[in-house]
Amino acid sequence: MELLNTFIQLLDSTVRLSVPLLFAALAGLYSERSGVFDIGLEGKMLAGAFAAGAAAAVAGSAWAGLAAAVTVSIFLALVHGFASITHRGNQIVSGVAINFIAAGSTIILGQAWFRQGGRTPLVGAEDRFGAVELPFADALSGVPILGPLYSDLLSGHSLLAYVAFLLVPFTWWVLFRTRFGLRLRAVGENPAAVDTAGISVAWLRYRAVICTGVLTGFGGTYLALAQNAGFVKDMTAGRGFIALAALIFAKWRPVPVMFACLLFGFLDAFSIRIQGTPLPLVGQVPVQFMQALPYILTVVLLAGFIGRAVPPRAGGVPYVKER
Amino acid sequence: MAEAAIELKGISKSFGAVRANRDIDLKIARGTIHGIIGENGAGKSTLMSILYGFYQADRGEIFVNGERAAILSSSDAIARGIGMVHQHFMLVHNFTVLENIILGAEGEPLLKTSVAKARAELERLERDYGLEVDPDAVIEDLPVGLQQRVEILKALFRGAEILILDEPTGVLTPSEADHLFRILRQLKDEGKTIVLITHKLREIMAVTDNVSVMRQGALVATRRTEETTVEELAELMVGRRVLLRVEKGPARPGDFMLSVRNLTVEDSRGVKMVDDVSFDVRAGEIVGIAGVAGNGQSELLEAITGIRRAVSGSVTLDGEPVELTGRADPADLRRRGMAHVPEDRHNMGLVLPFEENENAILGYHWQERYLKGPFLDIEAIRRDAQDKIEKYDIRPPDTRLKTANFSGGNQQKIVLAREMEQDPKVLIVGQPTRGVDVGAIEFIHKRLIDMRDQGKAVLLVSVELDEIRSLSDRILVMFAGRIVGERSPEATEGELGLLMAGVEEEKEAAQ
Repeated sequence: MELLNTFIQLLDSTVRLSVPLLFAALAGLYSERSGVFDIGLEGKMLAGAFAAGAAAAVAGSAWAGLAAAVTVSIFLALVHGFASITHRGNQIVSGVAINFIAAGSTIILGQAWFRQGGRTPLVGAEDRFGAVELPFADALSGVPILGPLYSDLLSGHSLLAYVAFLLVPFTWWVLFRTRFGLRLRAVGENPAAVDTAGISVAWLRYRAVICTGVLTGFGGTYLALAQNAGFVKDMTAGRGFIALAALIFAKWRPVPVMFACLLFGFLDAFSIRIQGTPLPLVGQVPVQFMQALPYILTVVLLAGFIGRAVPPRAGGVPYVKER
Repeated sequence: MAEAAIELKGISKSFGAVRANRDIDLKIARGTIHGIIGENGAGKSTLMSILYGFYQADRGEIFVNGERAAILSSSDAIARGIGMVHQHFMLVHNFTVLENIILGAEGEPLLKTSVAKARAELERLERDYGLEVDPDAVIEDLPVGLQQRVEILKALFRGAEILILDEPTGVLTPSEADHLFRILRQLKDEGKTIVLITHKLREIMAVTDNVSVMRQGALVATRRTEETTVEELAELMVGRRVLLRVEKGPARPGDFMLSVRNLTVEDSRGVKMVDDVSFDVRAGEIVGIAGVAGNGQSELLEAITGIRRAVSGSVTLDGEPVELTGRADPADLRRRGMAHVPEDRHNMGLVLPFEENENAILGYHWQERYLKGPFLDIEAIRRDAQDKIEKYDIRPPDTRLKTANFSGGNQQKIVLAREMEQDPKVLIVGQPTRGVDVGAIEFIHKRLIDMRDQGKAVLLVSVELDEIRSLSDRILVMFAGRIVGERSPEATEGELGLLMAGVEEEKEAAQ
């Protein structure tokens, strides 16, 4: 029973830790499927988190925080779009620049506005996206096995966590069942085909990066107002990059993206869990090793086990009409 | 003349200093097949791209069915009933046929209903025009002939009454091309207007009603096809008389210079691209390898020249064995007298951002005569390049010009000059005239015959059947990685075409 509880707790924190990854990875999916590589997920999520923390503290409303986060990260996404779609700049350089801008400006603005060493003031429980108890969670918690599974694992997450997981089938539906999705996938593979079909390549890609902005805004909000009670400097801590790894790992497909994020979330949860506790046979594992595991895993698995991850064919290449 | 489906008046278009189209007037009658012929860079594709809204003309007017039309984008062209089949197919490789066809013409935001409608419409089109293709097949699994059919269906699905085809037969076998022509004639009978852009005279004569000739951006003549000849069109295209058939004496084959035995090459997925191929090339003869692109010719060339590792088999060069299965070394092969004009001059033959004189010695830069101690002897290299420019009539005659700024034909001459001037024993040539204009083709063909007459062994790989037939002393046909037959250059096109399509294969095997 103890073991079961430990296990459920581990899964519970897996879910919590994979939510920001899921937002960021799905965000990247829209952009990259349209042929715009986005290494700036990290920066957009960080800026989103800061905006969420700041707005929630000032306006006293979680929803204001969410709105601010989405606005700010759409803005950054449009900067990326302007550089890489309109001006055909290098998408990696533009993405890296956004990461730097976000990392620096959040600290400066945070210090200038709130004078708490770069953090935003802590907000109360009512101004956060707190836990949502699913119906009958309490009543069912006594039922063996299924009870704790329902009341601890499924119930009690932030509203945004449910949104993240519902976004998985939604994204799949958009991508494979709508006109927008068909065109989005086409423009990432062969923009010339889209252009000759009489559709604007630029406008289509702009819409894709706006989707990315919305979702990274949600991811940032989750970090600042669901996992924490305010913004802390560098709070994304590389999650944008892990999300990118998950996206590649899942070969740019929505459902595998969810499983990849859960896997990386699990590794994260596991590394927190075993901190300081020696493992049988191997002894104490340095925490840095566990933190590096997602990256090592991506490299190893991509190198041999799951086959080549073929990115969208036109990814990273600005569209220029050929002469 | 019937009413014009399309009329162009005074169309001009420049790209920077290059005047791609100058003051073009053209009338295309409804319900006819109208050919537009011209060398590469004559401005055919630019003109059609203007008509399809891909570019805008700097000056001039377009009339569609007598009405003045402002075509600012491809969607304007589509709305006017103009459809285009591009030279490089505008298909999404990992989409199904149906998805490609509805892309941009979906109708409603959700795919479910539009897909169902499109499927019904597609079935009707396939029935009406005999254009069968599986709507659920993925594009990359289809042979190019079928991919092209999808492009045609795409245009018809959008209600095209005027269909532009840009170099449609470049990727097809002769029999696939004939099938395409049948389809085009049928479309014409249905009242559609067809514009066929090509640089192949044979096609113009075979299928068009009228033909317009373009040269250096200008439209120089329009003729009724039945009232003109191949010779007249060639002359109009180039601006001077052209010898279409190469003149050559009989071959005097000497020693075996290149012997290939049981050569097998696999691609990265382990698929056999070259399957147990054996043949010889003797000094003083040209052996041509015919075949539709993608039947293992590229892999064969790469294996023989040491670029790609072979799985098994042996090659001897002038009696000496060549290591091909272990550590093949293209540089060593060059030292031993094997010169190679690669199929893809942009990726393998040249470094485009380099100056002409640098490309003119690339791969031979280790030779004493280009060196001064450990350094390159720039003076000697430029002098050498200047000699080659004169000898091969490379234009413009500027050794310092960036290679990318030469035309396709002149780039090819740079490669040929470099390889031929090394006085090799064996010359391996892949697609020597791909993307090269008629005037340069004539020159290149003459040089290849010269090489033969000097006693070199020449292995020629080309997808242009005419080229193979006029140059080769013996023709080998490759299909699905194997040599499926050997013929003399007198073999008919039909006979070779069947071999290239793999039809004759079983008969050969039975013998």
